Amino acid sequence: MSQTKQVKQLDRVIIRFAGDSGDGMQLTGDRFTQESAVFGNDLVTLPNFPAEIRAPQGTIPGVSSFQIHFADHDILTAGDRPDVLVAMNPAALKANLADLPKGATIIVDSHDFTKRNLEKAGYATNPLDKLGEVDDPLAGFQVQPVDLTGITVAAVAEFGLSRKDAARAKNMFALGLLSWMYGRPTEPTIAFLERKFAKVADILGANIAAFKAGWNYGETTETFVVQYEIKPAKMRSGTYRNITGNLALSYGLVAAGVRSKLPVFLGSYPITPASDILHELSKHKGFGVTTLQAEDEIAGIGAAIGAAFAGSLGVTTTSGPGIALKSEAIGLAVMTELPLVVINVQRGGPSTGLPTKTEQADLLQAMYGRNGEAPVPIVAPQSPGDCFAAAVEAARIAITYRTPVFLLSDGYLANGSEPWEIPDVADLPLIDADFATGPNHDTGTLDADGNPERDFWPYLRDEETLARPWAVPGTAGLEHRIGGLEKGEGHGNISYDSANHDRMVRIRQEKVDRIADGLPPLEIDDPSGEAKVLVIGWGSTYGPIGAACRRVRRAGHNVAQVHLRHLNPFPKDLGTILKSYDKVLVPEMNLGQLSKMLRAEYLVDAIGYNHVYGLPLKAAELAEAVGALVGEAEGRDVDLGEHGLNPPADHEEAPVK
Amino acid sequence: MTTIDLPLPGARTGTELVPAVEEGVTQTAKEFTSDQEVRWCPGCGDYAVLKAVQSFLPDLGLRRENIVFVSGIGCSSRFPYYLDTYGMHSIHGRAPSIATGIATAREDLSVWVVTGDGDALSIGGNHLIHALRRNVNMTILLFNNRIYGLTKGQYSPTSEVGKVTKSTPVGSVDHPFNPVSLALGAEATFVARTIDSDRKHLTAVLAAAAAHRGTSFVEIYQNCPIFNDGAFDAIKGMGEHKGEKEHAIIPLTHGQPITFGALDEATGLGDKALVRAASGGVDVADTATVPADAILVHDAHNADPSTAFAISRLTDAGYLNRSPIGIFRQVDRPTYDDQARAQVATATEAVAGQGTPEERLTALINAGDTWTVD
Ligand code: SF4
Repeated sequence: MSQTKQVKQLDRVIIRFAGDSGDGMQLTGDRFTQESAVFGNDLVTLPNFPAEIRAPQGTIPGVSSFQIHFADHDILTAGDRPDVLVAMNPAALKANLADLPKGATIIVDSHDFTKRNLEKAGYATNPLDKLGEVDDPLAGFQVQPVDLTGITVAAVAEFGLSRKDAARAKNMFALGLLSWMYGRPTEPTIAFLERKFAKVADILGANIAAFKAGWNYGETTETFVVQYEIKPAKMRSGTYRNITGNLALSYGLVAAGVRSKLPVFLGSYPITPASDILHELSKHKGFGVTTLQAEDEIAGIGAAIGAAFAGSLGVTTTSGPGIALKSEAIGLAVMTELPLVVINVQRGGPSTGLPTKTEQADLLQAMYGRNGEAPVPIVAPQSPGDCFAAAVEAARIAITYRTPVFLLSDGYLANGSEPWEIPDVADLPLIDADFATGPNHDTGTLDADGNPERDFWPYLRDEETLARPWAVPGTAGLEHRIGGLEKGEGHGNISYDSANHDRMVRIRQEKVDRIADGLPPLEIDDPSGEAKVLVIGWGSTYGPIGAACRRVRRAGHNVAQVHLRHLNPFPKDLGTILKSYDKVLVPEMNLGQLSKMLRAEYLVDAIGYNHVYGLPLKAAELAEAVGALVGEAEGRDVDLGEHGLNPPADHEEAPVK
Repeated sequence: MTTIDLPLPGARTGTELVPAVEEGVTQTAKEFTSDQEVRWCPGCGDYAVLKAVQSFLPDLGLRRENIVFVSGIGCSSRFPYYLDTYGMHSIHGRAPSIATGIATAREDLSVWVVTGDGDALSIGGNHLIHALRRNVNMTILLFNNRIYGLTKGQYSPTSEVGKVTKSTPVGSVDHPFNPVSLALGAEATFVARTIDSDRKHLTAVLAAAAAHRGTSFVEIYQNCPIFNDGAFDAIKGMGEHKGEKEHAIIPLTHGQPITFGALDEATGLGDKALVRAASGGVDVADTATVPADAILVHDAHNADPSTAFAISRLTDAGYLNRSPIGIFRQVDRPTYDDQARAQVATATEAVAGQGTPEERLTALINAGDTWTVD
């Protein structure tokens, strides 16, 4: 290493890789993430990409980015404001500049700042030409123009690729450079490239050469003088891996099949951002998983309902528009009381909305989006890794109570990643399918031998759970018919009797309500025990809410946090908890859906904090809102100082107790 | 119209993997009859089909608990309630998708779909064509009464143009589907048409359909005396069409020359015959005017469906004065469910020596780049 290099300690860094959709930014980000995970930092990632597969090259709508926040301590979000932006073209610079705090480092591929690209991005003049001048549009940032393309092409010359193919390796050059800057281990990436390009020797050689050239560029040139060190985070003992929400969710479904001893049957129609679950599950046939890519959303759930009737763990996966199409079939599953897991990886709506952006505006759809009184239990994961446990929980409820269950993930959880403490399979709940094996009802008559005759009533319920028997075809003596028409209580034959209908509607509701009997008490995060304000959320807002609460606490104030895994039914202690705080704030990526449910259920003045930017909530902004409410509740001014929107901010470590 | 061919020898039959009743045991129609009161209108053609199915099922020799009937919505979709088998009366148009799930999940079930012209061809058209394309092992019975019965008499996708109904007081203007043409277009491997009132033919078609491995599509002309009475009178030789049956039905029997109309006792042929048209399609000609070897011989096993399709086009689109009846097509093609299960079975066998499911799950979630914190 050259003598001039220094090593600086940092406790956290937020990097955003941004480029054209075709620049391989998601791959670059993924690799940097894996390196950081293996290194032992805590991390959270946020991929952000356009809906178009190849949006117009060089334009702002075509920009794809990947943000990673990594730290030497436990963190909760991908960070609000990147410390470092790697911009592969003018559009990437322009699209992301507003998110950077002053002082941030910007590394740009100066090669791509051509007249044509500048025009496409809407730059009248080249901002790089003005660096250091009075009218420098990038004043206040540490700008490092590097001819990434040019150096890459030269570095891979020996592999004889076309100029275009050679230039494509520039993302590996950038990865190498950033890996040097932050002292990331390089072995995982080299091994990855060797696997990925095993069959194309020249491409493999070029990518490795570009990656190494990037590293060496940092180490040997004078452009970069500081190398940073971010120590591994102190994490709970255990074995970890980095995981995205969709992968964790898929593994959770496989696990649910293993623990219930049921074959998993997925009926699904491709839709962003849920398709990866279909892709992943289709690889696990060895676990007895069947995946059916149906002709449409309705057929996907139809096949899953059929498989459930036949004794499989039926699953269907989709996003909001798909749920709209599946609604009638979900009602059928409510009426027929068959186990079914319905996964909604929520995205921006309404209608086609924002397919690749995140939102959590389908809660009320899950709650009420069916004709008639059709209660469906709802569970939601709070982080990418938590999708695993949430999937197992959804299956447990579905099988135990013979009901469709909603699992509400979202686009951020689906594609975002975090280190996941790999659970011990033996600790996962065992789920008993408890198939009916014989008659369950006395007919009141005697058979030829004088013994009481018994028959099978498909709607005779378990006294505790109110679950009906699950009698699968092939079981002799239990032949029965079910369907969407109202059922007579117990015997399950069609009934148009009004009193019976009123009873059955109440029984179906009661069955779902009784799920709460088996739920653990809520965890309340209120370190001082003196908080007057409770912040409550569900789903992927867990990270930003947790980070915001930590900020408020670091600034010396009290605030409590509760996060809901179960949205229907609510846990039994929720009402008491809500009433024991003066103010209740409900941050959501919608216009106030959980807050509406809490108000309706508990008559509390639940205050909404709502954004629908298609991106996770920003912790600093949310902290300011929490702080303001704490001030109101405690009758004093609350200034969060650097823990709110003021720099340096973006620190989410929990305060020392 | 008495001989019905069976699937090609050698191929796996439709019910091969379904457990049979023990030897010596005979089942009765009564055992297949549920305790539910049948609630169709008096005189509805559905009764005849139900009776035929109830007395045919025992002949299949399958265990009753391994038979599943799935239906959608409509008059005919009440069918499963009246059979003492497993059954699901599902939602409008979706029965083929539900049956696809059942048939794919379980090789040991005999799966039947009961649907109508509105259920299968209107709201559920997509599921129907995709079931046929996939060739899932099940039998679809489409009761075609050319009207909406349950919603009280609107025109259906098989009603003739100009149909005056409650929703079309001055006549419908949309062109109807020919269900058999549609099924052939969707590359169905078994396509047949039969009539509610012809118990013998209906039963023979059901037997061939059940024996076929893949999706068997059976259109059943079914009279709705309440909203579309007499729609099939010509085919049945009833009412003002008394005695015209032979002129209306073009009988399809595999391996036989296709003729109809007044029977010539000496030749055994009808006075009308199907011949190849100059256009490549099929025409009706006077038997007496064409050479014997020009008469089309029905080949249900022809891999090319175009002749079957051409024959299906001889069905009247307006009031039904003429229609080919019988098995249009029966060819063997791998079924979706057999192949999907084979993929799962192959994968399951491949991991057989790799530990318990729990151990393999542990390996799965611990794969890739992991690190341990002490
Ligand atoms: S309306 Fe027509 S099809 Fe329906 S039950 Fe009555 S007669 Fe049968």
